[in-house]
Amino acid sequence: MISPARSWREAPQRYRLEAAKCTGCGRVCYPPRVVCPSCRGRDFEHVVLPREGNVVTHTVVRVPPQGFVEQSPLTIALVQLKDGTRLMVQMADVADPETVHAGMPVRLEFRRINSDGEAGVIYYGHKAVPA
Amino acid sequence: MTVGIIGYGAFVPRRRIRLEEIAAVWGADADSYRRGLQLHEKSVPGKDEDTITMSVEAARRAFVRSGGVDPAEVGAVYVGSESHPYAVKPSGTIVGEALGINPEVHIADLEFACKAGTEGMYLAQSLVKAGEVKYALGIGADTSQGAPGDALEYSAAAGAAAFLFGADEERILAEVVATYSWTTDTPDFWRRAYMHYPRHGSRFTGEPAYFRHITNSARGIMEKAGLEPEDFAFAVFHQPNGKFPIRVGKRLGFTMEQLETGWLSPWLGNTYSGASPMGLTAILDVARPGDLILLTSFGSGAGSDSFVFRVTERLPKVQELAPLTRVQLDNDKIHVSYGEYAKLRGKIRMAE
Repeated sequence: MISPARSWREAPQRYRLEAAKCTGCGRVCYPPRVVCPSCRGRDFEHVVLPREGNVVTHTVVRVPPQGFVEQSPLTIALVQLKDGTRLMVQMADVADPETVHAGMPVRLEFRRINSDGEAGVIYYGHKAVPA
Repeated sequence: MTVGIIGYGAFVPRRRIRLEEIAAVWGADADSYRRGLQLHEKSVPGKDEDTITMSVEAARRAFVRSGGVDPAEVGAVYVGSESHPYAVKPSGTIVGEALGINPEVHIADLEFACKAGTEGMYLAQSLVKAGEVKYALGIGADTSQGAPGDALEYSAAAGAAAFLFGADEERILAEVVATYSWTTDTPDFWRRAYMHYPRHGSRFTGEPAYFRHITNSARGIMEKAGLEPEDFAFAVFHQPNGKFPIRVGKRLGFTMEQLETGWLSPWLGNTYSGASPMGLTAILDVARPGDLILLTSFGSGAGSDSFVFRVTERLPKVQELAPLTRVQLDNDKIHVSYGEYAKLRGKIRMAE
């Protein structure tokens, strides 16, 4: 379970897809990092990721964790966005997981990710949907 | 000062349930419902779709059509819905954050049964007109529920429409020519605190509620603006089912040709706060410069907001920049069974 404080801290990346671009080597990190994994630079500028991309690879979770049971089977995909950035996301609006394939065009949509039960905070972010 | 819509967008969830699927569970006669309500199917929100997510997506489309409005310049966000995900915590705060509008912005959630969307549009255009804000966003969105087996279950659907208002002449897509509201205390439909499903006055929801308010509001704005039904290219009314909007439109003197473009309910259902605003997006998708559009919402309780819009030369240049409403309605549908629908809508009691 994500704490409300963590969800609040991560809102820029979860809600607006804000990533960190290393001013030294240009590598885009999503989620943002403190140190660039390529050149170990510490200076970043904010960039907003494009919302269109393609599936690189995917897997289907048929025994999902608590909180995701009603969405079973869950399709989780590694998606490469138009700018080359890769991110791991849940897929939504997939009628049949068998139709998901490498290269499949997708776009990121704002969706409910999880919630802390019926009374707790609702967590939002992005999921990939068939384009 | 001329104020108008400078960006608009709609969001339709992909899932649908057919009327027969619902009728079969309750032993109802699907044909008589189809004839009586003129409904074929309705949209169903996924487990991860709610008023906030649909509002964000509809508003993003409005920004795409706005010709590059900076979200930080939006001074007001109003989300109208009767299905805000939180009882206490405004949907608008999350919508504003996701769109990059926060923090210098006035945000409020609105509720007035099915007309909360047009309330937001009214406030948004009024603040721009008053010079208080440069741009304002009015959204109507709902994931409403009818009680299982109730007539409302055949129509209660999900969707959103968002409208960005501004006064930059070069950005205006449809100028606001007139506004008018007509409101009374009419207990036709309500939901008390902590109740999961609404209650309604059955046939009382027709003549004294829906028809009386829409008729008076539409006649009122036409009189105020000095216009007759034949002056309009399009008219759209609140659509709680397929039958009512056509009946009230014809009663007011409109033709099927004027009514059918914004008539989404037979295949979409009643998206409550999103209903007539989504119909307006379908009209804006095809309207031509100079066209006059009449919009009259209806919210139980009860009241109707009316708007007259005049389309500008710019509209055709932006129509194709974002997904068209009819395209969303007609394509990429995922039909679900009643069992799946019951699961998605939280009608199945799960383990703690």
